[in-house]
Amino acid sequence: MWVYEKKLQYPVRVSKCDPRMAKLLLEQYGGADGELAAALRYLNQRYSIPDKVIGLLTDIGTEEFAHLEMIATMVYKLTKDATPQQLDAAGLGPHYVAHDSALFYSNAAGVPWTAAYIQAKGDPIADLYEDIAAEEKARATYQWLIDMTDDVDLQDGLKFLREREIVHSLRFREAVEILKEEREVRKVF
Amino acid sequence: MNAHPFHTEEYRQALEQLQVVDFVLLELNLYLDTHPWDVQAIQQFNHYTHERMKIANQFQEKYGPLQNYGHAYSGCPWSWIETPWPWQV
Ligand SMILES: [Fe+2]
Repeated sequence: MWVYEKKLQYPVRVSKCDPRMAKLLLEQYGGADGELAAALRYLNQRYSIPDKVIGLLTDIGTEEFAHLEMIATMVYKLTKDATPQQLDAAGLGPHYVAHDSALFYSNAAGVPWTAAYIQAKGDPIADLYEDIAAEEKARATYQWLIDMTDDVDLQDGLKFLREREIVHSLRFREAVEILKEEREVRKVF
Repeated sequence: MNAHPFHTEEYRQALEQLQVVDFVLLELNLYLDTHPWDVQAIQQFNHYTHERMKIANQFQEKYGPLQNYGHAYSGCPWSWIETPWPWQV
C-alpha cells in the first residue's frame, strides 16, 4: 500500500520556458537509468531479496517516485507556456503531434520506456550490483543535464537529485556488505 | 485584494520547513535501514518524527491535507481535491 503526499520532496523552480531542456530531461523520466526504471527496479526486487535488505529497497524505491514527480514537474514547468512552434524548434515536434502537452514515458530521444531496462536476476548480489550501477549512471546523467543548462533554478533541483543518487549508491553498497557478512556467518556455523 | 494563500511567501516557507524536516527523516531512515543498531540515529529519528508531526499538523490546519485515505482531516467542501497540486506550486 502506498499513501500519496501532496508536496514535492524538494522545491522545483525554473527561471524560463525551455522546451529544449524539457526534452533532455525526459532521459530521467522514461530513460533506461531514469526514475521510473529505478522505482520499478527496486520495488520489484523486494520479493526475492533477503529480509535484511527489503526495507532499504522499499524506501529507496518509494523515494524514486518522488524524484519522478520532480522530473515531471520540471518538464511541465519548462513546457507549459511553449507554443507548438517552440516545441518543434526544440525537437519536440514528434512528441507534440502524438501527445500534445501530455507527458510520456520516453527517453530524451523519444524511445518509449521498456521493462527491458530493468533486470531481476533473483541473485541478491547481482541485483544489488545492478542497483549500484543504475545509481551511478543516473548520477552521471544528472551531471550532464546540469552541464546542459545555465538556468540556476533548474540546476538547483538537478543538483539535489544528483546528490540523492550518490546516497542511494552508498546505501546499496552497504547492503552488499550486509549480505556478504550474512553469508560468512552461515558458512561458519 | 488578498493574495491567494498558496501564492504567499508564508506558504513557501511553511512548505520548505516541512520539506526540511522530511528530508532529515528520510536520510535517517535510509541510514538506519543499513545501520539498525545505531541508537543515537534512532533517537534522532524519533525526535524528528515528533517534530514532523507538529509541523505537519500546523501546515495542514492552514493549507489543507497533505495525505489522502484518512491520514488528515478534511474541511467542507472536501479539501483533498483542492489545488494546488505539487507541480502547480
Ligand atoms: Fe536513486
